This record gives sequence, C-alpha cells and structure tokens, in this order.
Amino acid sequence: MSKTILVVAEHRDGALRQVTYEAIQAAALSSAENDQLHVAVIGHQIEGLTESLSSIDAEKIYLIDHSDLQQYHPEAYAAALKQVIDASNPDGIILGHTAIGRDLAPMISAKLDAGQISDVTNIENVDDQVVFIRPIYAGKAFEKKVFQSSPWVVTVRPNNISAADSSGGKAEVENIEYAKPASLRTVIQNVVRKTSGKVDLSEAKIVVSGGRGVKSADGFKPLQELADVLGGAVGASRGACDADYCDYSLQIGQTGKVVTPEVYIACGISGAIQHVAGMSQSKIIVAINKDPEAPIFKIADYGIVGDLFEVVPLLTQEFKKVLG
Amino acid sequence: MDIYVIMKQTFDTEEKIIIEDGNVSEDGVQYVINPYDEYAVEEAIQTRDELGGSVYVIAVGPERTSEALRTALAMGADEAVLISDERIGSDENTISKVLASYLGSQKVDLILGGYFSVDNGAGQVAIRLAQLLDIPHVGSITKLDMSDSKAKADRDAEGDLEQVEVTLPAVFTAQQGLNEPRYPSLPGIMKAKRKPFKQLTLDDLDIEEAELSPKTARTALSLPPQKEAGQILKGETAEQVKELVEKLRDDAKVL
Repeated sequence: MSKTILVVAEHRDGALRQVTYEAIQAAALSSAENDQLHVAVIGHQIEGLTESLSSIDAEKIYLIDHSDLQQYHPEAYAAALKQVIDASNPDGIILGHTAIGRDLAPMISAKLDAGQISDVTNIENVDDQVVFIRPIYAGKAFEKKVFQSSPWVVTVRPNNISAADSSGGKAEVENIEYAKPASLRTVIQNVVRKTSGKVDLSEAKIVVSGGRGVKSADGFKPLQELADVLGGAVGASRGACDADYCDYSLQIGQTGKVVTPEVYIACGISGAIQHVAGMSQSKIIVAINKDPEAPIFKIADYGIVGDLFEVVPLLTQEFKKVLG
Repeated sequence: MDIYVIMKQTFDTEEKIIIEDGNVSEDGVQYVINPYDEYAVEEAIQTRDELGGSVYVIAVGPERTSEALRTALAMGADEAVLISDERIGSDENTISKVLASYLGSQKVDLILGGYFSVDNGAGQVAIRLAQLLDIPHVGSITKLDMSDSKAKADRDAEGDLEQVEVTLPAVFTAQQGLNEPRYPSLPGIMKAKRKPFKQLTLDDLDIEEAELSPKTARTALSLPPQKEAGQILKGETAEQVKELVEKLRDDAKVL
C-alpha cells in the first residue's frame, strides 16, 4: 500500500518559505518509492504561488484561497487545513516548526487524534521504519522517535533538513472552496510586521549574537551592521535580554530560540550552558570575547580574544572587502 | 474568575544532561518550574488580583512535581492539583487528554500555560488541550488584557506582533516578556503549606484506559557529538580579523 504525505506550505510576501522545501524533503525521507506527495497551500490571492509550486515533484497541490485566510488565524487555518486533509486523506502531515506550524500542528493533531513529533531535525529509515530525530533540552541531547499509529503529524525545524530540489513539476492543482466555520471565537485585530525586510533568526544562515559584553542597546548597532553585510540576523544571550539591551524575541538558548546557522558569531558572550544549548549545533562558531578564559572558547572553532567594539567593526570592513 | 495554570517541572536550564542506561539521569538534578510556566503563574496571579477569583495550578507528572506546585502556591496561587500515575507516560496526546478529562469537569474561565517546556520542547499540550475542550487559544503571548467575557492578547509570531481578541474561556501560552515572575516570599512559603493540595490518579478521572495508549515512542537517546575547541587566533587584532575572514571563506567555505 502506498502512503500519502501532505506537506503544509508556508509562504511570505508571495514566495514559498525555505522551510516548505525542507518539509518536502522531509516527506521524501519519510516515504517509500510509490508514496504520494500532496501539498496544501492556504492563504489569500496565492495563485502566484502555483508557479513556484509547479517546480515541485508532487502528485497534487491543494489550494484554499479566501480573504479570511489572508493572515494566520488559528481557527480558520485549522478548519481550512482540515478540509484539505479530508480531500487528501494523508497518512502523514508535515509542517515547519515555525510560528504558524507550532500553533497549527497541535490543533490538527488533536482534531485527528494523531500523534505528533515536534521540531524534527533529521529523519532516518531503519528496517522499513521511519525514525524521527529531534533535540531535547534544547539540543543537550537527541532522541529518536517513531509513531505507533497513523495518521501522524511532524513539524520540522528550519535550517536542518536540506531543501528538496525543485526539478519535478507535474503536480495537479485542485482548488478547494473554503467553508467558513460556523463560529470563530478569535479575531486578529492587527498584525504589526516588525520583521519585514529582516532575515528571520531561525532561518538565518549567519547569526551575529551579543551578550552582556555588548553593554547597551546601542552596543548592538555594530553587530547589526555586521549581520547586514553578511545577510544574517542578530541574536542575543539571556544576559543581554535580561539587561534590556534587546528584545526577548532575539534570545537564543534553552529559554528562547535554538538556532543552527552556518556561522554563529558570538560577541561578548561568556557561554553559559543554557545559551550554548541554543547554538552549539551551528556549523561554525566564532567567539569574540575579552576574557580568554570564557567558556565560549571551548566550543568555538575560531576565537578572537579582544574587545568586540574594536573587532566587530573591523570584521564588517573586512567582509565588505571580501564580499565586494 | 477561575484561572487554571497548567504546569510542568523541568530540570534547571544550567543542568548538564547525562545519559544512563538509555535514560536521562536525574541524579542530583535541580528542578524548577518550567521557565515559561513561571510567566503563566505570574500572569494568573496578577489577573486574579485585578479581577478577583482563584488561581489553580495543575500538573501531570511524577511525585516530585509537587515541589513545583508548592512553589507556585508560595508565589500566590490558591490551590494545587497533581495528577500522578505511572500509567500516564510522557506522550503529549495522553497528557493533554488527562488534563482535558479533569478540566472538562471544572468551571474554567481562563487557562494559562507555557509556550513550551524547556526539556521536551514539543509545545503541544496546551494547544491540544484547547482543542479537546473546544475553546480558542492564543499561543506565545507577550501581553494579556482581560475583561469579563473577552481577552486581548499580543502574540509574538517569530518577531512579528499579532493583536488577537478571543472570547472566554480560552487558553493562552506564555512567551518571554509577558511579565517578571515574582520570587516566593517567606510568608508565601509558610502560607503555601496550608493551601489545598489535591493529589489524583487516573482512577479519580473519567477517562478510558484505551485513550491513554501513546501514539509515539522513543527508540533511542544520545548526546550530541562533543564539540572540540578550535583555535584562538594570534597577532594584532587587524591580522586576526583578516585571518578569520580567510578561514571562513577558504577552510570552512561558508561565505
């Protein structure tokens, strides 16, 4: 019996998010040869997305387009996704472990009475069993999990599973008419886009992060400049957030976000266990700290002992030169 | 107003993880209230102080979880409920059903919980619970304003801000920045000892044993590969910077 796996696509500013291609790859990793890939796209005025979706090697794309779905609304999106699920009848459902996926997946899991494995970073096939690998304690340990029942729901952590290549392109597109739930108890009154134009911290390839050593909110400016030159995002340690140098949404650690960029540049961060949990899986770690004894140097690939206010601007200049 | 806080006890975030016989060792570990749940407890207390009512803290977990509940009582919660039973397991589906079974039989106006737990980090239980109780939820909130039958919350969505209004009863999960959790005071700790503390097992709940069968299972547990210390660059700062950029470009090939 072939299985069907449904990937719930995410899009922003008219384009599919990177995590959607990663979720499609996750579907491939959880599939056998004859299994089917379906993709759900929920939103408003999203016809434009079918073009980017046509490059995907899926059997079917379900589009559900309605003005009520313009922005994420838990009840409306859950109802719309349930409609897609009823049409697609999937064995497994995969979403990104993003603001939307983290909210929507448990709703759908409860509706379907399904098991869910959250925040998956890798998938293995062992003796015909699909094994999902995920961090616990924010990456201080990893567990392997399997499902005991079907259907199942998985969320995949951005930036971990390599993106599916998009050279297929034969998917049949089916439009589903949105059936508005009888009562919506939630009203989204306003959405303030604070992040538009900025690189999302959890998806950033390069993170420049500041700790107590940054000393003030102003002290983050040189870090932002470096991040801008590298097309990266700025993060922070708990120390910097607790001291009000920056917003909690930037916090990286066991409380806060876990990031796994290609390069993590830690500036004025000592390297407390709870911070390291949130960034130690980064591919390359660079530490800049005045204190040669700082524990961050024990996990850094490259360390510079020095004043970050001197080093960071020099780095920005040097990268500018090299990157043109 | 009847306010419930769903809580979990977790390892302190400064704890190292040691694996023994395929499980995470609990030897000598310091436990805390899951940091995100602390924001939920604080918000519940502030809401009660403003609007009146009672704060009930509830947890599903082993016996030791009573310490976390006592701490919440010492912070100012009014009553605690611990559901402790070896048959429950750690699957999120099961735990949410156990909580729904208990809360479904109570008068509930507001449920608060943490955005996720810092140990398992799955972030499922509170949202599943809202679905099972058929009430709305707002996840990852940084602000909550209550009125009689409605609540307005600010939701943090990966740095964007969504302002959401829901009818009560509803579930909210607390994100960092919601408030500054208080420390228990000495009189608070003394008072906590006399506050109602209910301990239940599955036999006290109206739940079918079949509902409890886990839908996921752990097959292995491991530590991440130990990261080795790299090199500290030498020389004048400008030279170190130059060398670093070269290494990132040529050796690590990440530029």
